Amino acid sequence: MRDLSVTFTTEGGIARVLDGIDLSLLQGEIMGLVGESGSGKTTLARSILGALPPNARLTGQTLRFDGRDLLTLGARAAAEQVRGRTITFVPQDPFSSFNPLFTVGDQLGELMRWKSPDRQPGERIYARARKRADRDRTLAMLRSVQLADPERLLTKYPHELSGGQRQRVMIAMALLPEPRLVIADEPTTAVDVTIQAQILKLLRKLATERGVSVLFTTHDLGAAWEICDRITVMYAGQALETAPVASFFREPMVPYTRLLLDSLPSRDAGLRGIAGDVPSLVAPPTGCRFHPRCPGASDVCRASHAVAVALAPEHWVRCHHPHREPVRA
Amino acid sequence: MTPDTPILELRHTSTQFPLRNAWGRRTGWLRAVDGVSLSVVRGEILGVVGESGCGKTTLGKTIAGIFQPSTGEIRFEGSEIGSLSPTEGRTLRRRLQYCYQDPGASLDPHWKIGRALEEPLVIHTKLSADERRARVRGVLAAVGLPQTHLDLYPHELSGGQQRRIGLARILMLRPSLVILDEPTSGLDVSVQATVLRLFLEARARFDLTYLFISHDLSVVRLISQRIAVMYLGRVVETGATEIVFAAPKHPYTQSLLAAVPEVGGARVTETFWLAGEPPNPTNLPTGCRFRTRCPRAEPRCAEQEPALRHLHDGRMAACHFAE
Repeated sequence: MRDLSVTFTTEGGIARVLDGIDLSLLQGEIMGLVGESGSGKTTLARSILGALPPNARLTGQTLRFDGRDLLTLGARAAAEQVRGRTITFVPQDPFSSFNPLFTVGDQLGELMRWKSPDRQPGERIYARARKRADRDRTLAMLRSVQLADPERLLTKYPHELSGGQRQRVMIAMALLPEPRLVIADEPTTAVDVTIQAQILKLLRKLATERGVSVLFTTHDLGAAWEICDRITVMYAGQALETAPVASFFREPMVPYTRLLLDSLPSRDAGLRGIAGDVPSLVAPPTGCRFHPRCPGASDVCRASHAVAVALAPEHWVRCHHPHREPVRA
Repeated sequence: MTPDTPILELRHTSTQFPLRNAWGRRTGWLRAVDGVSLSVVRGEILGVVGESGCGKTTLGKTIAGIFQPSTGEIRFEGSEIGSLSPTEGRTLRRRLQYCYQDPGASLDPHWKIGRALEEPLVIHTKLSADERRARVRGVLAAVGLPQTHLDLYPHELSGGQQRRIGLARILMLRPSLVILDEPTSGLDVSVQATVLRLFLEARARFDLTYLFISHDLSVVRLISQRIAVMYLGRVVETGATEIVFAAPKHPYTQSLLAAVPEVGGARVTETFWLAGEPPNPTNLPTGCRFRTRCPRAEPRCAEQEPALRHLHDGRMAACHFAE
């Protein structure tokens, strides 16, 4: 098993969108990244991929993937060997990620031409034999994401597919280069619950069977509960808590996590939200960014953000006043 | 009027859209809402749930008079409104308001909030400018926003605040029935809870009845007294929320409920059985519309469409096998 650890800070203009995030992912693991909108989940996903907008600056100590430092790897090498090859991406909205003027088959063919696992670095000619092998591989992959009649599907245009089909094709495209890490950015927000259940099932199965690691960002705690092995909670660019899924939901220790879980609609809890708004990232609160809304905040929270400590096995917390008792027995 | 009189009653209401080919000739009909009968009792919250494309938004817009029903009756506070022209219906429809899915997009970006809130009063009432402003201030306080927000533009508000403004705008005309179309989609859970609480407070304070259209079953379960589940333009199951959620009878409702991940519950992904997606609504299957995905489908389902019928516990379901 090869460890994959990421430690970095980004600086997007003057807004500090991510603030000292530590994250590690093991092989074949699904890591859930949950948080509200504006918490920096997508930025984090994009910085691993090296696809940040031009006004963003990425700084940090290390961003290691598979033993390689992605921060010092040149842009060319990253495009050639990493992005789209060993790390791939499933976008939030599959419709805007297709080119509407080309058939699905054309777009999959183009992907395989440059990103096929058979391609040698620097190879420019697309040999017939490789093309044929790639086509077979594509059809097999489309079948494995449970799309019926893949030959006909390849001749269709993106608008002819339903939302669930498009998202499946996107997952197939992310898996075709045989990556070691798939970054799925809210892959189920645009689809219905019955389709969501099918897609989550697919992601879980692929991670287990192929040993692919998945970084799964979502704001839906239910979806995170479904398929994740570990979960990290983010708030306003800071990672507050990382825990295995069972202890995350049974004994969350950070006040923000508790309030987030309490906001879920349920019969016994009634309707509880979190008072206040997400802070501005241009002038974020000092110390722990949650302190203006936190019921247990004290002076030390305003002064500094706590360092990460493991309060239980594998349960990392960055909070000065964590809860220690479980929520319910 | 007794409290149990329905404030809104639909009888076999259908809304169809013509399908046209490239030359503009009509080639068929898309039946977005097909023979829906519903009633909403004063003061209750009726949840309408279903997947995208099942016709729930079209149903809401038909009731609000944005679309004309092609057949059937819509009775609101005892009078028929489905066949009225937009001008004739205007006075009646003051008391029946439709709240759009995305209030951020339905507010004019060039108008300050104060002006946007005043507009319905200008159109529908003969109040003086001072009276209008007083009412705007009252409603704004009721939805929990400070008076300073009147001078802001829509883009300066957060998503949760935009929902509040959307609700405030609805409340300006003192309606009795409000159609809320996906009022919580796109909101974070912590904001969603505060917005839902606001809806409940407004209902108690202004004596409202809600038709709550949503695809989020956990929200509907929490907020509504009765629900109606729609599939491809038809209501397939309707009844008291608790009864339907406790033991859904229609296979579609069963699968819809089984698909919702519940924290701490069984993993949905291990047990979920429904495959495929809804068929194309322009080319519906014969008989029962759900039979192409239903595990219990029999030849009988293809021949005969099950009618919505009463079951012993007061709910209604449209399935041959439900009892």
